[in-house]
Amino acid sequence: MRRNARDIEDSARQVNRRALLLGGAMAAFVAVLGGRMRYLQVDQADQFRLLAEENRVNIRLIPPARGLILDRNGVVVAGNEQNYRVVITREDAGDVDTVLKRLATLIPLGDEDMAKTLAEAESLSPFVPITVADRLNWEDFSKIALNAPTLPGVTPEVGLSRLYPMTTDFAHIVGYVGPVSEKDLAELESPDPLLQIPKFQIGKIGVERWTEDLLRGHAGQKRIEVNSVGRVMRELDRVEGQAGEDLRLTVDAGIQNFTQVRLGTESAAAVAMDVQTGDILAIASAPSFDPNLFVRGISQRDYAALTGNDHTPLANKSVQGAYPPGSTFKMVTALAAMDAGVADEETSIYCPGYIEFGGRRFRCWNHGGHGTVNLRRALMESCDVFFYELAQKVGIDKIAETGRKLGLGERHDLPMSAIATGTMPDKAWKQDRYKENWRIGDTINASIGQGYVLTTPLQLAVMTARLATGQKVVPRLIHMIGTELTPLPVHEPLDFEPGHLSAVQRGMFDVMNGERGTGSRSRIVDETMLMAGKSGTAQVRNFSQSEAPTANDQLPWELRDHALFVGYAPYDAPRVAVSVIVEHGGGGSAVAGPIVRDILLRCLTGGIPPISAYPADQRARIETQFKEMPLRDLGPDSPTKSRA
Amino acid sequence: MSFLEYRIKSAPTGLQKALHLNWSLILLLTAVASVGGLMLYSVAGGNADLWAAPQMKRFGVGLALMFFVAFVPIWFWRNMSVLAYAVAFLLLIVVELFGSVGMGAQRWIDLGFIRLQPSEMMKVTLIMLLAAYYDWLDPKKTSRPLWVLIPVVLIVAPTVLVLMQPNLGTSVLLILVGAAVMFCAGVSLWYFGAVASLAIGAVASVFLSRGTAWQLLHDYQYKRIDTFLDPSADPLGAGYNIIQAKIALGSGGWAGKGFMQGTQSRLNFLPEKHTDFIFTTLAEEFGFVGAFSLLALYGLIIAFCVVSALQNKDRFSSLLILGVAANFFFYLAVNLSMVMGMAPVVGIPLPLLSYGGSVMLVLMVGFGLVQSAHVHRPR
Repeated sequence: MRRNARDIEDSARQVNRRALLLGGAMAAFVAVLGGRMRYLQVDQADQFRLLAEENRVNIRLIPPARGLILDRNGVVVAGNEQNYRVVITREDAGDVDTVLKRLATLIPLGDEDMAKTLAEAESLSPFVPITVADRLNWEDFSKIALNAPTLPGVTPEVGLSRLYPMTTDFAHIVGYVGPVSEKDLAELESPDPLLQIPKFQIGKIGVERWTEDLLRGHAGQKRIEVNSVGRVMRELDRVEGQAGEDLRLTVDAGIQNFTQVRLGTESAAAVAMDVQTGDILAIASAPSFDPNLFVRGISQRDYAALTGNDHTPLANKSVQGAYPPGSTFKMVTALAAMDAGVADEETSIYCPGYIEFGGRRFRCWNHGGHGTVNLRRALMESCDVFFYELAQKVGIDKIAETGRKLGLGERHDLPMSAIATGTMPDKAWKQDRYKENWRIGDTINASIGQGYVLTTPLQLAVMTARLATGQKVVPRLIHMIGTELTPLPVHEPLDFEPGHLSAVQRGMFDVMNGERGTGSRSRIVDETMLMAGKSGTAQVRNFSQSEAPTANDQLPWELRDHALFVGYAPYDAPRVAVSVIVEHGGGGSAVAGPIVRDILLRCLTGGIPPISAYPADQRARIETQFKEMPLRDLGPDSPTKSRA
Repeated sequence: MSFLEYRIKSAPTGLQKALHLNWSLILLLTAVASVGGLMLYSVAGGNADLWAAPQMKRFGVGLALMFFVAFVPIWFWRNMSVLAYAVAFLLLIVVELFGSVGMGAQRWIDLGFIRLQPSEMMKVTLIMLLAAYYDWLDPKKTSRPLWVLIPVVLIVAPTVLVLMQPNLGTSVLLILVGAAVMFCAGVSLWYFGAVASLAIGAVASVFLSRGTAWQLLHDYQYKRIDTFLDPSADPLGAGYNIIQAKIALGSGGWAGKGFMQGTQSRLNFLPEKHTDFIFTTLAEEFGFVGAFSLLALYGLIIAFCVVSALQNKDRFSSLLILGVAANFFFYLAVNLSMVMGMAPVVGIPLPLLSYGGSVMLVLMVGFGLVQSAHVHRPR
């Protein structure tokens, strides 16, 4: 087919026209693409740069080292221990199963643990390290390090975990830490981001809990670069956190240990405090438990053993237990009567062994009667009738007021858990609580610390300190925060007549040192450390049963009387006050008194009490007793000298 | 058709042809391919063996192929058009029956050294056949309905086969390229207008009927269309890729983060970063300056082709060159629109940059034809 030149020219021109149109359209579109590029890369660059940073940068918290808890002399009570653990990374291990089996030949590793690790490894990203074993000993740990070439993907790691070197001694004071729970988080308004770290440990009870904010410290931060699946590529920068504050307690680890051991296997509590500063020197509850068990995750069996024990090792009896104070309350009644002007030191009352009131007979513990007794003798021999009579004259409201002045029925705020308020009853209280009128019989019961009156060992120690000094001594538990001493409180004087106070003090002196004093078996013979005190035997059975008294040792344990004793020393220049309760221990003077004396001497002398301070006829027995006490060796660099 | 129409006496012969090649175009192609090698090296994290080296080898093969095609007279290629188209079409049917399916649902035949994608071959052979058709056809008949129907069938037949693979991207490119050649051949604009309005009408009725009693598609089909058109509605699923691509582009800023410093690409936030989304890495690491320079290189390649087509008085050659240029343009236009979030994601690679053999070789053959037309143009 031939075409003429003209046609060819025409069609070529046509093609050229269209080609220019097409070229123009393409150029226009390229311009649009360029414009879009400019929009994204120049106009919107800042916004996208930010998004790219958000993509690649993750912020990780660096947990701070938890503050230490020390005793008043710097002995570590709660420390941080190097925790050796082994982690495995799936992608480096390759065959996790084989590597685990090889690992099991080196360290103790149960089938169950292995199965758990395997399941975890399957479910998580291959680069996430999984903990295989925790809390290895150094030997196992070094075995893994030695065999590293045959264990691909297995890394030995060192972390910090809480350790309580004093085990049972400080369990009730310091408490323990545990992983943050949902409940913990829900209780906080704006939780520290640290708490979001899985298994982050916070104080659960005791000082660990109530000073959590001081101990925790502040988190550090590291910025890391991650890729699209979250693998950590590198660390960009880090800001170190701030370790928690170290706390020094007022408690002396030596005294605390002595106290704990002295209470032994009894269900008992003891509080020793410095009467001048209010410093708690020892606050023990027996039996105790090992807080380390809780940090490591307590086993079902161990936990059941603790909760199933009728001596309630988990309860902090020293602040949580509210007991009838028994005769240790008589000082309150005496002071109230003198303060109200219804009695003085010379007031004498005849004790026939009981009083009759409203058709009921209120017995004195001495059924034969004490005869005519004055205040000092009434305290010394713990005559109940004397206080029955006094209380009827003075009335419960005055007694309650005096009791509260001495620190009873008040919640003493220490950084410990479950601190009880106890009960210092008066008329309004009974009306409020039982919708009933107060009866004189209630007053009579209350006068000797029975009935509605409930006190904690801590309150009794505070009462004793206040009686010894006449000042409003307030207990405290924190001695130093970091390097700052907590300021000593200035104690206001209690506005008791000095004469009234000294009358009570003299009575308490006679309890110990008087010939017929109920506590004379527990007296201190060292002239420089003479002791004042008061015994108490609190009935746990109700009164109708006590009408026909049975000897304590013939009763089942849980029906026996509580043995109480409070005391302070030296009498002429008081330094330490101690209260002791032995649940269902029997007679206060026989059971609790000797413990109070031992603790007082331990505080005053700064070591094992000198045998010369004891009455000559008891020395042999006491020497043996001290030798048999399994006291903790606090080491050469832990000073144990007394601070009282 | 004989080559008597050419004034062959002035056409160069033998090695002289080398002097008459469009060397600027070869230089531009090499420059773009080198950028591609550089980016493949970067996205592999500094590993040349992974993608960069094989790709550069392919480019070498492509260059050799281009020279070979360029040295063969253009009239030979014109005479081969029908055969080439027929072979490509047959291969399309063969892969439909026996081919392997891989990522992006592209079907291929594994020849050992290369995975041959007949759909890519189809593009060049379609251009050749259409150019030859319009060269053969009396220009006066160009717009007559029967003579319009024939090229339409030539376009639609392979498109349907490719669509069945299913490969939406390549189907669209086939139609666009075919339409571009028809447009250049002078087919009346009324036809284009009619097809465009028909298409708009169809799309409009699909969307307008939505929610009414007589809606044309099922609800789930509409939802798929929604995600297709607006990936940001599904930021963790279909939209994830395009969002990350935009972040990479935008965060590159004016001058970029530096070679091998692109965080989006190095940390694997970018999808398909060595194939369809390779431009995002370039834009992230070299910024607006780098991205715009690449766009300028592409623009120059197309411009050189268009100028070459305008200079060529032979109808077949002009249409062929324009077809190859349009094909190249559609590749980059669709790919760039896609990675910049202006168009839905369809699997179209960036020419000469994206890792992949078939596209590279077919493109280089196309440029070989352009060179051949240039060398053997009537003088």
